[in-house]
Amino acid sequence: MGDARFSDVLSRLGHRLLAGIAVVLGVVTLTFLLLHLAPGDPIVIMLGPSATEAQVAAQRHTLQLDRPVPAQFASWLGRFVRGDWGTSITKGRPVRAILSDAWPATVRLVLLSLILSYLVGLLVGVVQAARSGTRTDTALSIFTVTLFAVPGYWLGLMLVLVFTYWTQVLPAFGAAGLDADYLRGGSWLLDRLRHLILPLTALTLIGIGGAARFVRGAMLETLTQPFITTARAKGLTTRRVVGLHALRNALTPVVILLGLSLPALFSGAVFIEAVFAWPGVGRVLVEAVQARDYPVVMAATAISAALVVAGNMLADILAAWVDPRVRQSA
Amino acid sequence: MSRLLRDRRAAFGGSVLLIVLICAALAPVVTNGDPLSQHDIVATRFVAPLSSDPHGVFHPLGTDRFGRDVWTRLVYGARISMGIGLLAVLVSLVMGVVIGALAGYWRGPVSLALLGLTDFALAVPRVVLLLLLAALWQPSTLLVIAVLGLTGWMGIARLVHGEVRSLAARPFVEGAVALGARRLRVLARHILPNALTPVIVAAALGVGNAISLEAGLSYLGLGVQPPTPSWGNMIQSGRDTLVNAPWVATAPGVALVLVVIACTLLGDALRDVLDPRTRQS
Repeated sequence: MGDARFSDVLSRLGHRLLAGIAVVLGVVTLTFLLLHLAPGDPIVIMLGPSATEAQVAAQRHTLQLDRPVPAQFASWLGRFVRGDWGTSITKGRPVRAILSDAWPATVRLVLLSLILSYLVGLLVGVVQAARSGTRTDTALSIFTVTLFAVPGYWLGLMLVLVFTYWTQVLPAFGAAGLDADYLRGGSWLLDRLRHLILPLTALTLIGIGGAARFVRGAMLETLTQPFITTARAKGLTTRRVVGLHALRNALTPVVILLGLSLPALFSGAVFIEAVFAWPGVGRVLVEAVQARDYPVVMAATAISAALVVAGNMLADILAAWVDPRVRQSA
Repeated sequence: MSRLLRDRRAAFGGSVLLIVLICAALAPVVTNGDPLSQHDIVATRFVAPLSSDPHGVFHPLGTDRFGRDVWTRLVYGARISMGIGLLAVLVSLVMGVVIGALAGYWRGPVSLALLGLTDFALAVPRVVLLLLLAALWQPSTLLVIAVLGLTGWMGIARLVHGEVRSLAARPFVEGAVALGARRLRVLARHILPNALTPVIVAAALGVGNAISLEAGLSYLGLGVQPPTPSWGNMIQSGRDTLVNAPWVATAPGVALVLVVIACTLLGDALRDVLDPRTRQS
């Protein structure tokens, strides 16, 4: 019995994994086609306007950009799978080195803000559902809908205005100060943390709005169900009914949303990274797209697609973990 | 409708949107002049809000670094930003309804292919696609509309698909089929009108989202190109003068937040009013 269920879960995961790989492959193919369909020549950008036609042709041949598109794609895919991600056209550095420098910064930012925004969002949403219809609920609703509406990059700018330009208490640009290489121990950590505060706050605040709105909805829906009436009829306190019975059942959709909001957070991070010059994948991607840096764009897209797919799968696994019903309906 | 008018959220959202749309429509009347006009830059730049420049011209929201009136640009920017938001959602709406309806009504390989396409498009990170499309082609207003529309239809397609599928099994649809109505007619006249409720809600939310994303693209320099004012590129140009003239970036941001809040509240209210299940509770 237990084994059968386990193998069910495994085979479902296997299917999801295959579908996920298909999606990543599709995204990469689409990106490759778009890059080659679009006007604008990376070689011309790279060599500048003074390059002769012969130089352009020679460089194109060196980078193998004169071969047919399907052949280029096949050879790129082969090398990518084997771990050879090529060299950045504009920077001359290996793509893997660029991305392995960048992705920890993005993951640090996105994961921390995911955790923080869901903790606060859960709290706000639960309080709202418990006090549904009261002034507290209305006031918190105004707060969350405002956060939900604020564009991240603008919020970021306003934070910079207040905390960097006016009060001058926090740094606004980059992940570390100019003197980071000379700092040790505590002051190194403090420097890192101070740089993290503003981008993390911006990304977390915009995340709270969506999370709290969703938690409130899920909780209200759960609170109308018969078992809540039963729990209340048994004489349990509101705190216990809401905090224990309702919350546990409302967690399933919340956990699913958590995984699904990973791509949205990543998208938000692209803008936040642009505002705060945060050295993450988003900034690498924006710069690479603008410079037509094919190898970097391809690898960064593949990575972000993989992150999104992984987020969705993680949501499924977590949902099965918190809710036995999901587990059994495999 | 009267329920909707009595809903405070709808009243607020509706009035904000109405005011913005009226201002945008009457832009030449409510502003003093041309959003692009810059004369005597040195004397008229960075005029603070609610004050007059040396020529005696009053600037309610101040001027930017080229001496252009921020209020005028905000109102003309509303034309661009609101226009892009509405048109982009229209594109998503048409694509989503057509794809969702076809996938929901005709079962078999077509439906499977369309659903697969929808799932695939949902899994593509939207901002990455936006960046690629907007950066690789010459940025223009039309491109922004197309790009936002083409990356925003999946949610609507999913909703329509679900609605159509459940409606197709209802007795009144069977009745229409039994009377000999053609399939396309059944779909267009009997099923779709009943499936549109969640679509209207999604569209209201989508407009806010599209305006916000347009501003994001323009902020990265990939959207509407200066000197044409859009709220996004106004925020972007205000970023460089954040210390000298914080109002240049603040004004379009506040406008943007208000409009997105209005769309969200209107969408929430519409959902509650239109959905019979929540109406009863």
